[in-house]
This record gives sequence, structure tokens and C-alpha cells, in this order.
Amino acid sequence: MKRPNIKGSIRQRLVAMLLLSAGAIGVLLYLVVQSVASQIAQESQDNILAASAISILDSARVQQGEISIDLPYSALSMLDSVTDERAFYAIRLNDDFLSGYEKLPRSKDFAGGDTTFQSASYLGQDIRIASTRRSYSIEGEQAFLEVSVAQTLTGLNQTLARVSQIALAVGVGFFLFSAVVALLIALSTIRPLHRLTESVSRRGPADLRPVAAPVPTEMAPLVLSLNSLMGRLQKSLSQSEHFIAEAAHRVRTPLAIVRTQAEITLRRVEKEENRKSVREMIRAIDESSRTAGQLLDHAMVTFRTDNLADETVDLSELVTDVVERLSPLSDLKDIEIAILKLEPVAIKGDAILLQSALHNILDNAIKYSSGQTQVALSLTKKDGFADIVISDSGPGFQDGDTEALLKRYARGQNAEGVVGSGLGLTIVDEVMRAHGGSITLSNNAGGGACVTLSFPLG
Amino acid sequence: MRFLLIEDNEALAKAVLDRLGMDGHVVDHAGDLETAMEFTATTDYDLILLDIMLPDGDGRSFLTHHRAGKSLTPVIVLTARSEVSDRVGMLDLGADDYMVKPIDFSELEARVRAVLRRRGGEARNVIAMGNLEFDSLAGTLKIAGKETQLRTRELRLFEIFINAPNQIFSKSKLVDRLFSYDEEASENAIEVYVGRLRRHLTGSQVMITTVRGLGYKLETE
Repeated sequence: MKRPNIKGSIRQRLVAMLLLSAGAIGVLLYLVVQSVASQIAQESQDNILAASAISILDSARVQQGEISIDLPYSALSMLDSVTDERAFYAIRLNDDFLSGYEKLPRSKDFAGGDTTFQSASYLGQDIRIASTRRSYSIEGEQAFLEVSVAQTLTGLNQTLARVSQIALAVGVGFFLFSAVVALLIALSTIRPLHRLTESVSRRGPADLRPVAAPVPTEMAPLVLSLNSLMGRLQKSLSQSEHFIAEAAHRVRTPLAIVRTQAEITLRRVEKEENRKSVREMIRAIDESSRTAGQLLDHAMVTFRTDNLADETVDLSELVTDVVERLSPLSDLKDIEIAILKLEPVAIKGDAILLQSALHNILDNAIKYSSGQTQVALSLTKKDGFADIVISDSGPGFQDGDTEALLKRYARGQNAEGVVGSGLGLTIVDEVMRAHGGSITLSNNAGGGACVTLSFPLG
Repeated sequence: MRFLLIEDNEALAKAVLDRLGMDGHVVDHAGDLETAMEFTATTDYDLILLDIMLPDGDGRSFLTHHRAGKSLTPVIVLTARSEVSDRVGMLDLGADDYMVKPIDFSELEARVRAVLRRRGGEARNVIAMGNLEFDSLAGTLKIAGKETQLRTRELRLFEIFINAPNQIFSKSKLVDRLFSYDEEASENAIEVYVGRLRRHLTGSQVMITTVRGLGYKLETE
């Protein structure tokens, strides 16, 4: 059977697409969690810094044109006591430095309001600075009191690293979970297809009924066209069967008339040369009808081996039937078909094909044997095989013929004078292969052909 | 023997009638199922030859009808189809045998004999001549009460002679009647068979004599 032209796999494509989107969502999740978390951390630090700066500013008093600041202890201690962070501050009045760390970077401008934040580097460490200012009127002049509070970022960075790890874990976890779900989805999506495949492939050779297995909506058009295809196949099969029958009838009926008339003529004609040509005529008719028959048989065999029936066949009964059917023919030549041994054997297979195969072999044996001889047949079981051995005392096979004879239209080198199409052994070979068996052609020690049909048992 | 041929093709039917008539059989011809059933209702036949494709129905329905009526007349189906499955189906429906057209009449004769033997031989076809009795169905010669079994070819050869006593048969004509068309048979083979028949006929009042240059004929004393 021809392998289907496979391009891609729905399951793989589905899994790949689901994994891709899961991956994208995972990465996005990681980025969002990380940025939100670091933003929240930053904001809370900023709030603390701002609160600290404002509480310092709140402690400033203007008395008689002097600003006095009573630096509250808690304002700075809450920045460095709990954690190992270092805290810095600077207090400035306008551009004059009043107290704290003089080199602490100043806020560039207060355009965004009275409190601003900035990140900077101080004493070799990353810091976050909150600056806030308030205006005072000192001796009639407006002055800005500016307080900057700063904190190192060691703790924050550690927190951020942890957050980042968690975000990564969340992203990867989501991806793995999605991957499993994707596989399950792909499997369950494919399952109806599998069910359909099974319900179609389990069928027998002649079963062309519409598919009845339940399928999802999306597969309905497929099943619909499958059913319509099978309907058409059924129709065309019965048409071609009808056609073959009709063609055989049309061809064989006139052949039958000619042959019968020829036989009548042969009885009436006296002259030897006329009788010779009539004999030739009959031979030609026999040859063409035989070839037609074997061509039809071959077509039948090809069809049936493609869709092998699986019934239990009693080989010994089959052998007896075929021998009985052929004995009138062998009687005509006084040939005796002797069944030497007949062990009870049953195999799985197609009775009609097996009958056709054995019929062909025995027919050959009768055809090629001369009169008053014996064709011997035996059916035996040995070493896990059932063997049907048919041997005759005809001319046997020529050396080198045994392989070639199984080919289509091949005839033996010593087949001259015997009507045949060369399809007989091909049919047998195909039937045997379909049953997992084999045909072996050999010659008897005392002359004559020996054909062994070997079937595996069990 | 009396045959009924059910065949819709007139030309073929006529040819078969002529040919079977040559062997001394009486053959009625029915061109369709209706005529066939009328014939079988009124006449006892030794054998029915049945074509499968008929104008007013399938030969299979005749088989079914025939068997349902408990008729014992054997039926040989003449089919134009050669598929094995078809043949097996025929036998299942109660046909005794089948042949694929075109018919080889020697084969038909052999099959008729086999079918009639299987049927238990109600239709005896015994010819008596002097102290000799010949049963063509069983293939036996009885001479003064002593029975001899003939082999098929001896039987067929003897049949040819006894159905036309005193007629001269040339060796080549006998070759045609006795051997199949794809067999290489010489006229010497005929001498061998005639020799055997003569041995079997020893003690009877029937003899096969040689007509020099022409052939053989059967004579009685």
C-alpha cells in the first residue's frame, strides 16, 4: 500500500504553538512580576526616605530670624538601625550647607513638587536620595530650607534579586505546567481522529458502510466526504463487478458457440489437413478463454489479497473439495490423483483464494502429466508448518525455471504444446505470500515436478 | 440420456444440441426460466444444463426453486463467469457441478458421468449385445456374468464403438475423440487402447476388427 504523503503533524504543531505561547507568557510574567515588585520596593523605600526628610524638616523652628533644627533621632535611626544600610543626610539653607554630609549630591531641581527622589553614587556606594524643601520667611526674605536624606541600596538590591528569582520560578513553573497541559490538549484533540482511523481500518474487505463512530463537529465534513467516497467506491465496485461479469459473458458466449461448432465440424471433416486446422482452432479458443479466466482470477486475487479475509479454513476439507472437483478432468487422461496423507489442519485465511491456488497447482500437474500416471498429494504438519505437497510424473521444471516461473506471464521452457497463460503460478505465489506462506518448486528424484505450499501455523 | 439445456443464446443452444446429439443424447432446449419450469414439470430429465444469465431472471433462482421442489435431477451450471467465488456460490445453492464456457464436451461428458455416479446411478445406461453387458455409467463390462472395470479412456473408446456398431473409425478421428486438444497423442496410442479393449472383450461375441488402411470397427459374431 502506498505510504501517505506526510507533511507535518497536527499534534506536533499544536504542541509547538502551545509551548511557544506558554513560553512568551512565561517570559512576560517574569518581566511583569519583576518590574512590579521592584517598583513597589522602590516606592516603599522612597516613602520611608521622604517621611524621614519631612520629619527633619518638621523639626525646624524659625525664631527671631534664626533657623534652629533639632535633628530627631528616629528620623535617621529608622533608616540604618534595623538593616545594615548606611544613612546620610544633608541640610541646606538656600545654597549654604548647614549640617550633615556636605558632599551628598543635591537635587537638581524641584520642578515635580517639593519632594524629589534620585539615585546616585556616594562614597563608592549606590544610594537613593529623597530631598524635600520648604520655604521660610527670614527677616523678610524668602529662603528655602532643603533636607536630603539618603540610604544605601544593599538591602533593596538583595530584595530585588530575591524577587527576580521568584519571578523566574513563577515564569518557568508556568511554562512547565502549560507544557503538560499542551500535551494533554494535543492528545485529546487527536483522539477522535484515532477513533475514526480505528473504526475504518478494523473493517473487513467488503465493508463499505458509512462511518458510524461519533466524531466532533470539526471532523463532520471529513466523515461526510469519507462516507460519500465509500458510497461511490461501493457503486463503482458493483459496477465493475457487473461489468466484468457482463464482459466475460459477452466474450465467452461466442467463444462457446465457435468451439462447439468446431467440435461438430471436426467430427464431420474427413481430410486430415482440415482436421488439423480445426484442432488448431479449438486450441486457440481454449487458450484465449483460459487466459481471460486467469486474468479475471488474477484481478480477483489482487483485490482479495489486499483485503484478506480472516476466516478459519479447514485445509484437509479444502484439499478434498478441490481434488473432487478436478477428478473428472484427471479421469479423462486416466490420471489418478492420490491423496497419500491428509492430516487435519486449520489455518486462518481466505478459503476462496486458497482454493484458487490449490486448483491452479493441481490443474498444472494434470495438464503437464501424460496419461495413466499418478499425481500424488499430501497434507502434513511439521515444525510449525502445514505443507501441501503435490508431485507429478510429468516433465518437471527445467533448471533455472523455478524462480522465473513465479513471475507474471512466465512459462517454462518445456511448456510447448500445453495451453497456458503463465499466470497460474503467479496467482499461487501471491496467494501464498498473502497468507504468510511460500511456494517451493522442485523436481522429484525420479523425475516429475514437485510443488510445496507451506503455511505457517499459529 | 435425456438432457434439458437452459440457455438463452439461440446459436449456442443449437450448437450444443447438435453436439450432444452426436453422442446420442436427446436434448430439450428452454430459452428462459418459464419454459424451463414447464419442461421440468412434465418431463423427467437425467441431467439439467443451466446457464446463469437468463432473460427472465437469474439461473440461481431456478436452482433454488429446483431444490425446493425436491427434484433429484442433477444440475450442471454452465457459467460465463469464471470467478471462484461465483462457482463456490453455485455449489452452495445446490448445483452438482459447474463448467465455465466455452464447454469442452469431453470434460462435460466426464462431469456428467461423475455427477450421475455420485447421485447413486438411478439412470442406468446399460447396453446389451450378445453375452456382453456394458454399463457406461459405472464403466463396467460384463461378459457371461464376469465383470471387468474399464479405465476412463478404455470406457470412452468402447462407448464410441458400441454406440455405432459396424461404423469404421479412423485412428486420427479416435485420437480427436479420446485425447484433449492440447495433448500430443499419436495414433500408436490408439493401437494400444484398442489392444487393451480386445483383451477385455475376449470371450464375448463382440470384437473390434481392423479395417486395413481405414481404421477400426465393432462387430458382433
